Amino acid sequence: MRHVISVLLQNKPGVLSRVTGLFSGRGFNIESLSVAQTIDPEVSCLTLTTKGDDMIVEQITKQLHKLIDVIKVTDMNETESVEREMAIIRVKAEAGTRAEVLRIIDIFRGKVVDVSPKSYAVEVTGPASKLKAVIDILRPIGIQEIVRTGVISMSRAKKS
Amino acid sequence: MKISGAQAFIKCLQEQGVDTIFGFPGGAVIEIYDELNKTDVIKHVLVRHEQAAVHAADGYARVKGEVGVALVTSGPGATNTVTGIASAYCDSIPIVVFTGQVPTQLIGNDAFQEVDIVGITRPCTKHNYLVKKPEDLVPTIREAFHIARTGRPGPVLIDLPKDVVGAMINFPEMKQVKMRTYRPTYEPHPGQVEKACKAILKAKRPVIYAGGGVVLSDANEELTALARKLNIPVTMTLMGLGGFPGTDSLSMGMLGMHGTYYANMAVAKSDLLISVGARFDDRVTGRIDAFAPDAKIIHIDIDPSSISKNVKVDIPIVADCRHALAAMNTWIDRKIDPADHGGKTAAWLEKIAAWRNKHPLAYKEDGDVIKPQFVVEKLHELTGGEAIISTEVGQNQMWAAQFYHFNHPGSFLTSGGLGVMGYGFPAAIGAQMAAPDRTVIDVAGDGSIQMNIQELATARQYGCPVKIAILNNGYLGMVRQWQELFFDKNYSATPLDVSPDFVALAQAYGGVGLRAKTKSEVEPVIREALKTDNVVIMDFVVSREEGVYPMVPAGKATTEMLLV
Repeated sequence: MRHVISVLLQNKPGVLSRVTGLFSGRGFNIESLSVAQTIDPEVSCLTLTTKGDDMIVEQITKQLHKLIDVIKVTDMNETESVEREMAIIRVKAEAGTRAEVLRIIDIFRGKVVDVSPKSYAVEVTGPASKLKAVIDILRPIGIQEIVRTGVISMSRAKKS
Repeated sequence: MKISGAQAFIKCLQEQGVDTIFGFPGGAVIEIYDELNKTDVIKHVLVRHEQAAVHAADGYARVKGEVGVALVTSGPGATNTVTGIASAYCDSIPIVVFTGQVPTQLIGNDAFQEVDIVGITRPCTKHNYLVKKPEDLVPTIREAFHIARTGRPGPVLIDLPKDVVGAMINFPEMKQVKMRTYRPTYEPHPGQVEKACKAILKAKRPVIYAGGGVVLSDANEELTALARKLNIPVTMTLMGLGGFPGTDSLSMGMLGMHGTYYANMAVAKSDLLISVGARFDDRVTGRIDAFAPDAKIIHIDIDPSSISKNVKVDIPIVADCRHALAAMNTWIDRKIDPADHGGKTAAWLEKIAAWRNKHPLAYKEDGDVIKPQFVVEKLHELTGGEAIISTEVGQNQMWAAQFYHFNHPGSFLTSGGLGVMGYGFPAAIGAQMAAPDRTVIDVAGDGSIQMNIQELATARQYGCPVKIAILNNGYLGMVRQWQELFFDKNYSATPLDVSPDFVALAQAYGGVGLRAKTKSEVEPVIREALKTDNVVIMDFVVSREEGVYPMVPAGKATTEMLLV
């Protein structure tokens, strides 16, 4: 099962490699990874997605907790959260398809960020399912390149 | 007033209560050695190989109950410590290892004797540091000692660039180390304690399974009190030996691959397994689905990641073992009168006694041939069971674990998790430094002793009267045993066709060498060694193809033991 794990950690050299080392040392793959500073410049937030059964993910979570530089670990699967990822997709856009690409992008609320005579680079943001949908629809037209940020995720605030 | 980084280093060690360190000098740490030679507050023990410095610090830490310290230079000095660090990590031993590093401006330049030791040791340390700014030196050292000794203890490495140690700094005042991200849980959750106690009082066939955590947290008294109060039989892991008196009638000795028949049977048939500071290692559990299949499992451990790692736990208690056991004893004392309850396990203890009678821990005598187990028994007898025993790894380790019935924590030093051949002798030197008045014996094989034999010089230089008992069978015995049992006696690379004359070797270093070739010579040799105030090698020429039994073949259930 896919898990999104969010880790708050000290913003120091070597910390990322401690985290990734836990995964590589156990032969687990990281599917996506995204790290940046939080509102506190001494703290970074790392979001990663991985696959594994619950016992493996529980073990990973505990091992992450055990790292001295880790402040907090949240398995986002266990909370209500907002999940986003951004992709920049370069898609073939020639005479017959330029308008269609624009229409599709508009439906997904994406925007064109680079234009050339034969292609558009478009930016799309959303949960992983939305990115999959847009990629599936653009694929027959001809995708030339995709760059993705990896998932970021934030717990929803309590409603009451 | 400003002082140099090297002076601050020494001041820091003093502040942490360190009086002995083990090390080997080199260019990157020459400033520190310059200062070490000017002070007498810290004794530096010059080993002959950096691996030995770490094992010695490990042995020292186990016996003294304090953080052990090693100091080495950059590059090869640093890489040579890796085995020792990994061993201390597996066994949760508190040590701090200082490695020299090239000056900060050269880091990453492939400078002479440069190696990324922080990167190399990341997976085998509890934490590690590269000190890049002189003002970080003192706070880093303080934090490192705090991390090493608290929670689940472990090794911490600090990489010290030459210019950091050479810089002039203000020595900051000692403050209590406070860390935002590291706060181990010592106190057990009362609700979990209650659940555990209720399960214990309900159980008909309980077994206590005690691991290294009992020794590390000094929980032996609390454990003994709990076991005796309710008459619960106790088995120990290799690391747990000494955590409960081995000669107590409730002790079933060690469990697992080379555990006793009755301990393994008792665990397999138990209805409640009380795991205290143990981690369900594969050498203990055997085939995991057949391990304690009918038992509810209580697991006390300070490290939450140990819980439900290998075996699903029913009642976890994340806490220091001593605190948790104390809380359980208090709860039970309030609820029941042990006098009414102590007899509840009588039928269960009878059953275990029957298993014990059927297959006691034993070996076959063979005329005047020396059996290795006999040597260990004699060592026990002639030291009154009061020696500190270290071991190498292999058959010697298992025989020492089986036949020297340890009564005190901190009296059995072995590389349990990593299984390092060459651990025992340097660890014994460290132990002897920590307890100069105790008898310290390294039970060794003729193979493993050669992995750090150079430390005879260290023992001589510092007047460490460590006794080495070589169980000499001319083989790498444990591998040979596996080849005998599982590879049609294809003794590939296990016969040691050439070995030194160990008696002459001891003498060459200025120590004493003794040899016993027959059973009747064993006792006189041990007696002679014990009264010698010098490092002694006892070369016991033992029966060549003796095996360690019982044995659970790897991957089998623990009830499927090969017996003598």
